[in-house]
Amino acid sequence: MGYPHQPHPRETLVLSEHFGESGARTYDGWVKRGGYRALEQALGMEPQAVIDEVKASGLRGRGGAGFPAGVKWDFMPKQKSKPHYLCCNADESEPGTFKDREIMRWTPHALIEGCAIAAHAIRAEVVYVYIRGEFTEPIAVMQQALDEAYAKGVLGKDVRGSGTSIDMYIHRGAGAYICGEETALMNSIEGKRGNPRIRPPFPAAVGVFGMPTTINNVETLTSVPHIMTRGAEWYKSLSLSSPKSTGTKLMSVCGHVAKPGNYEITMGFPMKDLIYDLCGGMSPGRTLKAVIPGGSSVPVLDREEAENCVLDYEGCVAAGTMLGSGGMIVFDDSADMVYQMMRIAKFYAHESCAQCTQCREGTAWTVRILQKILSGRGEMQDLDLLLDVGEMMTGKTICVLSDSCAAPVVSAVRKFGGEFEAYIKGARQPAVALV
Amino acid sequence: MHDASTHESVFDGKRRARLDKIMKRYPTKQAALLPALWMVQEAQGWVSDQAMAEVAGVLELTPAYVKGVVTFYTMYHQHPVGKYFIQVCTTTPCNICGAESVVEAFLRHTGCGELGATSKDGRFTVVEVECLGACGFATPVLVNDDFIENVTPETVSDLLERYR
Repeated sequence: MGYPHQPHPRETLVLSEHFGESGARTYDGWVKRGGYRALEQALGMEPQAVIDEVKASGLRGRGGAGFPAGVKWDFMPKQKSKPHYLCCNADESEPGTFKDREIMRWTPHALIEGCAIAAHAIRAEVVYVYIRGEFTEPIAVMQQALDEAYAKGVLGKDVRGSGTSIDMYIHRGAGAYICGEETALMNSIEGKRGNPRIRPPFPAAVGVFGMPTTINNVETLTSVPHIMTRGAEWYKSLSLSSPKSTGTKLMSVCGHVAKPGNYEITMGFPMKDLIYDLCGGMSPGRTLKAVIPGGSSVPVLDREEAENCVLDYEGCVAAGTMLGSGGMIVFDDSADMVYQMMRIAKFYAHESCAQCTQCREGTAWTVRILQKILSGRGEMQDLDLLLDVGEMMTGKTICVLSDSCAAPVVSAVRKFGGEFEAYIKGARQPAVALV
Repeated sequence: MHDASTHESVFDGKRRARLDKIMKRYPTKQAALLPALWMVQEAQGWVSDQAMAEVAGVLELTPAYVKGVVTFYTMYHQHPVGKYFIQVCTTTPCNICGAESVVEAFLRHTGCGELGATSKDGRFTVVEVECLGACGFATPVLVNDDFIENVTPETVSDLLERYR
């Protein structure tokens, strides 16, 4: 539902059905709402059968990359010769994205159940839920739910007499966006700086503590219990366009819309309807200027592109961007795209782990060039320089943080070049003082 | 500056027992580093060089290694901060909803004057933070562990009353 708003009739409520109900937070409240049936069912199945069902559902990673979840699970060794681990990525820090926060705040047992099913499927006995340090409330809610789950025998040794043991712990982050990158996340759990690792080896072979590991996003794992109880076919039927995008997606919509919030839509829903119908459109007198649909790391869409974009993995690619995490940042005609690109670049410059030169230097210089333009001292060649730096930052580093800075900036220079030129030519008053 | 002799040990008694319990969650001692540093900050308000050395001793790491980790993560304070540490999100989604004027209101009402500075009474430190992950509730603010949504320049003064 469009939490904090009332559900909209055009939403498909699966994950968000109980957002806002404090009664859903407790074990009893969750069981009353049908909780933990899926876990019982999964524990009675062979791990491979669980993997096959999730594979058949078409569920793809909701953290941003969109990799098929069942395929990822299938990469784990079938013969267990050493400990296996599951890491739940709850380091939600992608600007524009705030869905995992609501899942943990309102339906912590849904996530625990999803984690437990996944752990059974990949034969992991330990699950680390990596929650960003700033999420004080979700951490407290999750800890309470974990304690309850242990007390009720959902976690611990020999869960429900199945012979399967599952331990689950919260690992609190400490303020580093990059730890949402799966290999950085594993390093952070190991007590290291959150530097991403070079792949291969992939986590399924050499993961946390050097052991086979799967890392899944909160929303992905929370979708799993529904696939168990209602079946892969049902999940697959939740698709309005591309058969490669199935299920529901929580879209976090923020910025200049009348009703920002989390809206749960069926894959393939039109972006135009989400913005104007569900979210109530722009403020009176304002018009849509741009949308960054997948969290700040993807190319920006202009009004026409946004109004014609279909919200699924393929639809967003066709529109020249990506669905990413589903964190939609909406800009109306009052937004200064040059200034906001500088703020986005500043975010990445701040969050770069600084391992790779292209990222460390590229993000910092992108900020400086944009500040130069904003100060009124820019030159036309600075626009070419931004594009050039952007190209040097793309596809050349250990992880994609660098690419994530370049994508919105380069697309904004291409699509909103007039705003940059206005600063350069003195048609706009300087917005920052050059230091 | 900070005399080693003034360092009060963090991991005695109950806290040591708590850390020992946390260590059991992981196959290595090193993995308990982030939780240990959180415990230090909870106890002392920040993470001093002496505390880093103590953590290093407990987890069988070197002080230099621990410092390397502390400096990577922005939430560990490497110097004392105000009693109430205020983080205001100013990343793009909040920025277009007026987050910078929220920052100005905090600086004015706390008497901090500038970002990162502590007010004369030692009560407040105000910083900008990159994306708090609550973009639909612009502007979110974190005051120590209190996560507050929908803050506007007009609500800052009342909000601060809770911490006076």
